[in-house]
Amino acid sequence: MDLSEIYTEIIAEHNKSKRNKKQMENPTVVLKGRNPSCGDEIELALKVEKGIIQDASFTGVGCAISQASTSMMIDLVRGQTIEKAQILIDTFLGMIKREITEEDQLEILDEAVALQNISNMPARVKCAVLSWHTLESAITTEKENK
Amino acid sequence: MSNIYVNDFPILQKTMNGKRLVYLDNGATTQKPLSVINAVQEYYAAFNANPHRGAYELSVKATQIYEDAREKARKFLGAKKTSEIIFTKNATESLNLLAYSYGMTFINPGDEIVISIAEHHSNIVPWQQVAKAKGATLQYLYVNEAGILTDEEIEKKISTKTKIVAVTQVSNVLGIINPIEKIVRKAHSVGAVVIVDGAQSVPHFAVDVRALDVDFLVFSGHKMLAPMGVGVLYGKEHLLDKMPPFLSGGDMIEYVWEQDTSFAPLPAKFEAGTQNVGGVLGLSAAIDYIEKVGFSNIEQIEEDLIHYAIPKLQQLPFITLYGCNDLSKKTGVISFNVEDIHPHDVSSILDADGVAIRAGHHCAHPLMQYLGVNATCRASFYFYNTREDVDALIHALGRVRGVLGYGS
Repeated sequence: MDLSEIYTEIIAEHNKSKRNKKQMENPTVVLKGRNPSCGDEIELALKVEKGIIQDASFTGVGCAISQASTSMMIDLVRGQTIEKAQILIDTFLGMIKREITEEDQLEILDEAVALQNISNMPARVKCAVLSWHTLESAITTEKENK
Repeated sequence: MSNIYVNDFPILQKTMNGKRLVYLDNGATTQKPLSVINAVQEYYAAFNANPHRGAYELSVKATQIYEDAREKARKFLGAKKTSEIIFTKNATESLNLLAYSYGMTFINPGDEIVISIAEHHSNIVPWQQVAKAKGATLQYLYVNEAGILTDEEIEKKISTKTKIVAVTQVSNVLGIINPIEKIVRKAHSVGAVVIVDGAQSVPHFAVDVRALDVDFLVFSGHKMLAPMGVGVLYGKEHLLDKMPPFLSGGDMIEYVWEQDTSFAPLPAKFEAGTQNVGGVLGLSAAIDYIEKVGFSNIEQIEEDLIHYAIPKLQQLPFITLYGCNDLSKKTGVISFNVEDIHPHDVSSILDADGVAIRAGHHCAHPLMQYLGVNATCRASFYFYNTREDVDALIHALGRVRGVLGYGS
């Protein structure tokens, strides 16, 4: 295993960055994501108005993979419709499961493509997908609330 | 400094990620010497039959192997009778047996069950189930800042309401040895029974159930060189006798009628169904190996390793150690954190250097909450570890922060 393929600069940067890691005022939906095997927990907050994710942020603890994955995800979905967010989720999870491997299909994930090599580390896959599953549940909750 | 035992362990000859495997996760499970692997293989190659059943040579032999192993386990623990040794799957199953058979029968509303905050989930969750079902209260013995259970805490929490005290002899997170003698004295003075989780102690130092006067003691074979899937429950005969069976079915009966059953005497009463005879033979070979090495030797090796490792870890400014103040009350377990880096990242980065440690909550959520940490890294030694293994750990730790873009 080559560590530089996993812990890339972009992941290290997002891990350290606190840009998306903060409390949100007046969120429309807040959801906890837990990883029982490691005890990690994040809380994802969304502000959804007229089907558009106006803002997103998170709090909680986790490893560099989960923190970076969450931060990248928030960068991607902020300002997007919930339908577009669902496409991003499907693409990201498809990439981690190695079901989507074509570069042009993965293009929409932008920086989050840096997490593609996590699919080679079965022990860490859960870390990468935690926030994406949480976002999917949050979107479902949001739709049900409407 | 080489170690004469390493060559007996085939897996320790392997490389991991192109590096020598440095296995420091012995608190989770130990590696197996060739003698144990061979014993299991030989059982299936030469002696396999269902014990206690067939009136043919092979079944008689399988029965003899199984019961000889029970006698070996009895001597190993210093128990009075072989009927006091019950084979189970592991410590978890042994504790569940006690919770469901003893706890559900003898715990009443208002009673208290006392456990420590440093228990593994396997010695917490079954007691929560009993307390909820029976309207009893689960009381915790809290450790002090150094991870030690004090006399005052033992005196305060164990009272006339206490019916069961279930504590670990050694914390799987901190490696700290609990004062079992004091706990037993106090518990017996109020009429409570004492259950000891020996999963982290029995592999590492001599445990004599009669000298300790514990009522029950459990351990897992796989944490002491034996195969996975075999464990032991020791219990005083008069207590086991009055307990109802946990699992029922074949081999634990005397006679079965359409509507009723009379149960077999100990130990068969608690051993329903075909047992893991190959695994039990592996446990027997593991006890032989441990006795050949000798506990004084095992203790000395682990003591040398922590006395060598801890000062080196203390020299690394980015390391926080947990429960390392008093090395005289400690087995070869070191919990630590690396500043700014999550334990799972530490573990992945060390893995690239062939160093295997455990990262996470160690099945001890309440202790983690109490310590105020989300997770820790844990290096745990056994007698086949060497100072070179410690050097490899220290060397690998030196590059962890750099990988994630932090200064050293």
